[in-house]
Amino acid sequence: MLILSLDTSAAASAALVRDGVVTGNFATEDTRSHAEVLAPAVAGLLAREGIAGTALDAIVVGVGPGPFTGLRAGLATARTLAYVWEVPLHGVMSLDSIAEDAAAHLGSGEFLVATDARRKEVYWARYRADGGLPDLLAGPEVGAPSSLPSLPAYGKGAGLYPEELAGVDGFTDVHPSAAALGRSAYRRLTAGLDLLDTSPLYLRESDARVPGPRKRATA
Amino acid sequence: MNRDNPLVLGIESSCDETGVGIVRGTQLLANTVSSSMDEHVRFGGVIPEIASRAHLDAFVPTLRQALAEASVTLADVDAIAVTSGPGLSGALMVGVSAAKALALATGKPLYAVNHLVAHVGVGVLDAAFPEGLPPNLGALLVSGGHTEILRVNSLTSDVELLGCTIDDAAGEAYDKVARILGLGYPGGPAIDRLAAEGDPKAIRFPRGLTQPKYLGTAEQPGPHRYDFSFSGLKTAVARCVEQYEADGVKPPVADIAASFQEAVVDVITSKAVLACREHGITSLLLGGGVAANSRLRTLTGQRCAAAGITLTVPPLSLCTDNGAMVAALGAQIVMDGGEPTGIGFATDSSLPVTSVYA
Ligand SMILES: [Zn+2]
Repeated sequence: MLILSLDTSAAASAALVRDGVVTGNFATEDTRSHAEVLAPAVAGLLAREGIAGTALDAIVVGVGPGPFTGLRAGLATARTLAYVWEVPLHGVMSLDSIAEDAAAHLGSGEFLVATDARRKEVYWARYRADGGLPDLLAGPEVGAPSSLPSLPAYGKGAGLYPEELAGVDGFTDVHPSAAALGRSAYRRLTAGLDLLDTSPLYLRESDARVPGPRKRATA
Repeated sequence: MNRDNPLVLGIESSCDETGVGIVRGTQLLANTVSSSMDEHVRFGGVIPEIASRAHLDAFVPTLRQALAEASVTLADVDAIAVTSGPGLSGALMVGVSAAKALALATGKPLYAVNHLVAHVGVGVLDAAFPEGLPPNLGALLVSGGHTEILRVNSLTSDVELLGCTIDDAAGEAYDKVARILGLGYPGGPAIDRLAAEGDPKAIRFPRGLTQPKYLGTAEQPGPHRYDFSFSGLKTAVARCVEQYEADGVKPPVADIAASFQEAVVDVITSKAVLACREHGITSLLLGGGVAANSRLRTLTGQRCAAAGITLTVPPLSLCTDNGAMVAALGAQIVMDGGEPTGIGFATDSSLPVTSVYA
């Protein structure tokens, strides 16, 4: 099974995953150039392995949560590629990609994944590791780091708030990644589990406010 | 690539319209637009985040519909063009990401084009200029996002900005004033309707940037000879309404609407005609959503006629933001031998008109 995986919920990344093994990987640390770099990265991955898009068995994309503008670059890309190539398209919650590696690291027990939501908040979810595999218990949500349960925390959000979160060494700088997202999707697709559609998980409303009534001058 | 009569697909997402248009050379085949305008009504103006969310969900359905309308397949397409700026940054990124993916997936060349020049590009479509774009062409673009006077020496390589707004766009001023008058969103049609019942001479509202120190003379132009400013006008309307209320009098809304509209349209048309005269422009194309405004069309027509300038107003569906204009400009660039941009470019929310394509 050949999967093209994309995630732009934090940094931009793309990966080719063949039978659960990552064979091609692109990732940038830049969180603001997704619309610029993603398509060339996908073109490069396919060209390097001589793969035609129509040969893919699935395209999976991180549906967030994450900063909106970057997130949409990945979703617009994935939806368009899947439409043209007529390849099945699935969404995966972006924090699951960090959970995939976190569960392998932890082995068993509950843990958190937290990423930067800006505005002094984190996007987070709670998982249970069982035999090295993650099981989502709650979330994703957005909130203040101090409001999270005290469990080992994986992801950049843990690194940003060391006072509030119990960051796990070696995992306090990690972003969601297309590589781990693709492995997670492969595992679930082969187990016959459902993935998500590609509706973005914004978790926050747009900041728009309905203007109040104009104040009237009084004599 | 077929450069003689290319089939070009154009993608537009710079504001609140998701547009996909398809042209063959100068022939319009499809112009599909999905607007998020209704979602902005309760906010009284375009909310960029809401527009961007709508673009994401509208893109593939709009593309599918445009292909069906044109009765072509993606395999038939010779080139793809997309608006890379100017416009709302988050909105542009949706269209550009989708356009890049489309180019990648189809292997078709991609051109990143300028939204403002694309507004002029519709002039080549169908019967607007059967002989091709005329020499000494200018463009007056008036919308909720922009207010510009352009000189078009060559549609594909040489466009010059003569004047533009230094604050609000004209359409934005309509929206803000409509809110002051309690008329709802979008303000343009509401004010235009109400103005028909009012006296445009009832109140003398200011014409922005028309004092001698801004205008200067033809020989020694001032700093804003062809520029516009509408924020002072909006404030003047607010003060006027407040004054009536302070006096305990119900404001004469129709007169205010008509007087406001007259101030906007008067300054736009007089500066546009001034710029045309002083730059040897003999043909003027009117574009942008405010081209729907009845008073703007009438007064531009009268003043152009008096100055010996030929005015062209494309059909309204091509004046508002749309993908066909992007496709039309893209086709001109292809026919002109222009090289594709590739898929590595960035969006530019303040792209200057001098950059027709990247
Ligand atoms: Zn426009």
